[in-house]
Amino acid sequence: MKFHDLTIQEMRQKLRAGDLTSVDLTKACLERIKATDGELNAFITLCEDEALAAAAEADQQIKAGNTGMLTGIPIAVKDIFNTLDVRTTCGSKILDNYISPYDATAVIKLREQGAVIVGKLNMDEFAMGSSNENSAAGAVHNPWDTERVPGGSSGGSAAAVAAGQVVATLGTDTGGSVRQPASHCGVVGLKPTYGRVSRYGVVAFASSLDQVGPLAGNVEDCALMLGVVAGYDPADSTSVDCPVPDYLENLNGGVAGKKIGLPQEYFIDGLDPEIKQAVDAAIETYRQLGAEIVKVSLPHTDYSVACYYLIAMAEASSNLARYDGVRFGLRRDSGEGLTGMYQQTRSAGFGDEVKRRIMLGTYALSSGYYDAYYLKAQKVRTLIRKDFLKAFEQVDLLLTPVAPTPAFKIGEMVDDPLQMYLSDIFTIPTNLAGTCAMSFPCGFSTDGLPIGLQLIGKPFAENEMLQAAYAFEQATDWNKRVPEL
Amino acid sequence: MKINEKSVEHVARLARLHLDPNDLKIMTSQMDAILGYVDKLNELDTDGVEPMAHAVPMSNAFREDEIGRSLKIERALQNAPVADETCFKVPKVIE
Repeated sequence: MKFHDLTIQEMRQKLRAGDLTSVDLTKACLERIKATDGELNAFITLCEDEALAAAAEADQQIKAGNTGMLTGIPIAVKDIFNTLDVRTTCGSKILDNYISPYDATAVIKLREQGAVIVGKLNMDEFAMGSSNENSAAGAVHNPWDTERVPGGSSGGSAAAVAAGQVVATLGTDTGGSVRQPASHCGVVGLKPTYGRVSRYGVVAFASSLDQVGPLAGNVEDCALMLGVVAGYDPADSTSVDCPVPDYLENLNGGVAGKKIGLPQEYFIDGLDPEIKQAVDAAIETYRQLGAEIVKVSLPHTDYSVACYYLIAMAEASSNLARYDGVRFGLRRDSGEGLTGMYQQTRSAGFGDEVKRRIMLGTYALSSGYYDAYYLKAQKVRTLIRKDFLKAFEQVDLLLTPVAPTPAFKIGEMVDDPLQMYLSDIFTIPTNLAGTCAMSFPCGFSTDGLPIGLQLIGKPFAENEMLQAAYAFEQATDWNKRVPEL
Repeated sequence: MKINEKSVEHVARLARLHLDPNDLKIMTSQMDAILGYVDKLNELDTDGVEPMAHAVPMSNAFREDEIGRSLKIERALQNAPVADETCFKVPKVIE
């Protein structure tokens, strides 16, 4: 049976009406994954038995009339989320044999709403990368052109949705890791405001920037997923205790009378002409939908990549100190004492990009360099945040491209890490500022590659941002196109 | 040059990483390029600017000093490369 063109809302209706069982849906989903994943490599671990058991349980619940937002619906999560009694590798050799002894809060919330978790998705090792090439489980291939990257670090999460393997996924976004792959794969991806979703049980990369975000085939499903995972969690002291609105209510609120700002620093010469064209057309669509378009300035944009990488690498070097061969994961020990064991374990377990970032972060935090690098970056971060707060005094939303080019070829950028970092220029500033942002399809290149549009919202104004994205989606049909697989 | 092989070796020791001579050479040149790039932050005058540690204003999160839920010992040890009874076992530290 073929269900991979259904949305979450359509699946829910069919399940409740008895036209479909969760077991059939889950079996079809697993078959679709098996049929397509040889080409894509989007999954690291499939949880077949657990999924079928959860589906059978969901069918019982549906019969009894107890349905949650996701009862019986197959969902997959990035392999950065701890999932009870299932392997969580984070795309790294150092966690190859790690079995989670607990569930992340976001995973508990999915399960509480009845979701059937079918597996764990491929990613750049420890979420460090923009192409999903830095994975111990191998590169992920873009469903629109399998010679190209799906983006990263949540490359598996985006490719799986684009290919119809699952209807929605969870990823994480530290500098664009949900939005950039969503853009490259032609799906909807949302980075909530920092503090909106609990990070408890999510393997830490850069703790002041990391945020959990949903990916789905359309804006409504993305809004539904956000509503499921959002909210305060006492287990994450950085999650914020403010009420979660119903993101599905008023989704059709439109953009009439809204002010949308175009940050001038994002419309630069290096922008691919086809992306510029697609974004310009989107601006015109918003104008026709009744929004007022105004130019704004985010003057410190040009410093955001340098600021971001210093902060992210410093925090990563500290967070990744826990991989020492003592409590979990790989251990290599040839009898050269404790320090020797640490060194051998970490040298054998981490990949090149992770080592590079640990090295740079350690350097930036080391005695004599802290003020010049880490503290300086934290001060620049204040300036970047102020840019956003000032812009949001004038406008309701900001509109920008997601990435300077469509998906590039696998292998094209691997030898030039700095060039790869620079490709994150449009997504990084929102993580530094802590606001919410999302990516959704706004066109295709002549090569048939998806192009994403980014909306950036005020802190905790995800509902307003989702309304604007929904209005665009209703007015266009970019998200109706699917890759041939 | 922002950084040389000798200081990269020192940083590797701090980070508990071992780099063989070829890796050391590549790492030095890549770190040099990246550190050269991030130097652009020095174009900005940040005197009097408060450093920002978090994206949302945040103070310490306190709770009552009460025993909460935690992993059972066997759960906490299930992934240990080497365990002994209720302990993680490491190579000998003191000769």
